Amino acid sequence: MATLSLDNVKKSFGKTDVIHGVSIDVKDGEFIVIVGPSGCGKSTLLRMVAGLETITSGEVQIDGRRVNEVEPMDRDIAMVFQNYALYPHMSVFDNMAYGLKIAKVPKPEIEDRVQQAAKLLQLESYLKRKPRELSGGQRQRVAMGRAIVRKPAVFLFDEPLSNLDAKLRVQMRLEIKALQRELGVTALYVTHDQVEAMTMADRMIVMNGGVADQIGAPLEVYANPATEFVAGFIGSPPTNFFSAALLGRSGTDQVGVRPEHTRIADGGKLRATAAYAEALGAESLVHLRLPDGTMITVRQDAEAPLPAEGSEVGIAWDAHHEMTFDGAGRRL
Amino acid sequence: MTANPDPLAQEALPAKPRKSDPGGMVEKRGAGLWLTHLGLIIGVAFIFFPIWLAFVASTVSQPEIVRPPMPLLPGDQFFANYSKALTSGINAPVSLMLLNSLVMALGIALGKIAISLLSAFAIVYFRFPGRKIFFWLIFLTLMLPVEVRIVPTYEVIANFGMLNSYQGLILPLIASATATFLFRQFFMTVPDELAEAARVDGAGPMRFFFDILLPMSRTNIAALFVILFIYGWNQYLWPLLITTDPTMNTIVMGIKQMFPSGDDIADWPVIMATSILAMIPPVLVVIGMQKLFIRGLVESEK
Repeated sequence: MATLSLDNVKKSFGKTDVIHGVSIDVKDGEFIVIVGPSGCGKSTLLRMVAGLETITSGEVQIDGRRVNEVEPMDRDIAMVFQNYALYPHMSVFDNMAYGLKIAKVPKPEIEDRVQQAAKLLQLESYLKRKPRELSGGQRQRVAMGRAIVRKPAVFLFDEPLSNLDAKLRVQMRLEIKALQRELGVTALYVTHDQVEAMTMADRMIVMNGGVADQIGAPLEVYANPATEFVAGFIGSPPTNFFSAALLGRSGTDQVGVRPEHTRIADGGKLRATAAYAEALGAESLVHLRLPDGTMITVRQDAEAPLPAEGSEVGIAWDAHHEMTFDGAGRRL
Repeated sequence: MTANPDPLAQEALPAKPRKSDPGGMVEKRGAGLWLTHLGLIIGVAFIFFPIWLAFVASTVSQPEIVRPPMPLLPGDQFFANYSKALTSGINAPVSLMLLNSLVMALGIALGKIAISLLSAFAIVYFRFPGRKIFFWLIFLTLMLPVEVRIVPTYEVIANFGMLNSYQGLILPLIASATATFLFRQFFMTVPDELAEAARVDGAGPMRFFFDILLPMSRTNIAALFVILFIYGWNQYLWPLLITTDPTMNTIVMGIKQMFPSGDDIADWPVIMATSILAMIPPVLVVIGMQKLFIRGLVESEK
């Protein structure tokens, strides 16, 4: 249990800057999700905290101690890898005990701690098995167990759910979150899935091209995106963007409106052509093409009538749902 | 892992596709099976025949061999010939030559494995200046056959005073570019995350090597051991050059040394008994490690 702070952390590989300075203070026990598209530097940031990548400039502190030059094992962290990285020739027990064995923890205590973790993760009956005899979800749990037994100050997760199928992912998502609450450990979690970010995070960092575009609580980020990128990335389907030229406005570049705030109405602000509709049961998504060719989505109740494909309809929204962005994508 | 079927298991299945008519299938399959086996038996007999002749020759007396036609059934001199070979031989007792060969083959196989494991580990997991160059230098030695550098090697070993010694037999053959290359390829398939996980767990490089990399390479090591043991066992030219003392002779070259020079009469039954004895250890190694050997060649354990 500890605080974690990043102060203007930068990373460059040779002359290429990958991370342009990220700062955040993480409170004890907080669950932080780093989210962003592939190649935005989110994994690199996590690996810098883990000590697997060197820090070009800036400072990382764990519990107030500067750890820039400290080896991973002495940073008091534990990491869960994307492909689990279980030792294939060791039993589940040995996998979980390996770190403790190296740290020369006495045998009875190792036994105790592994049993405890196994119980917590419902792995007790699998302790003698090899990783290849386990299902994806179980391997995932072993990887978690390996992290738990070390009783680290900070948990680091590098896209731990991306190798699981959709259903299991939802279940493990809840389990990880519950576990983290129960143990009260500070956690840093990297994902490219904005749903994971929304559901798990106490606060999230939205990364874009090596820059932390926005740091905040999920709902706050959703309601108040700081940049055009965040508005487009967080939320599914993504925010609709209307160019100012199309709306005949000045002083802004793009106007964003969430799909659930956009509606089909006769005599709306704009005309659009219905391209296709997806009926999802509880709601329907209507995809429309604006006169300038941009695609937008309207999310409406399942009861509302769907426009015929190819028909022209009006688009409307309330002014207070508008988000305006300047030419550089910043919120106005 | 389950998606990777064992090709050998597949070969054991009937080659013909199954037909819906059960009667016809059994008959067809039966005939195919017999033909296949007949072919295999003929092939085995063909290859086995010289070995059988050697065995027969090792169980008869000298006059019987020399008188045509050559006997095709074992005689009654088995114990006499073999005990003579083992205890006294012609130049040196065969038991001693077997021991020499065993020491050399084991030394070469284990030494090659140890050295190439370590050099592959260095090349794959450490970033040091000239890493690429070192790799290519090792690789380059593949292109030089032993015979090309055998004279300078002899000079070096002679200057070290290693003629007629186990060191002299083993050391010049102990570095292996092939094995290094093989282990390098294997280490490159090991996911990086494993090394990182070990690092987070607090394992230093050598600890990672012994605790994780070595056990994971188990099947590769076994496969390589079989190949290298036989390679070492069958060394001929090098032992022939550096062992002038009959008590340091290895068995493969020893057989040649037994041939008569000039007008001496060859003791063929003893020579044949020696040949049969020389085949036994490699055969035992292959049979003993067959399972691991095949696994090592076939599957890439993840």
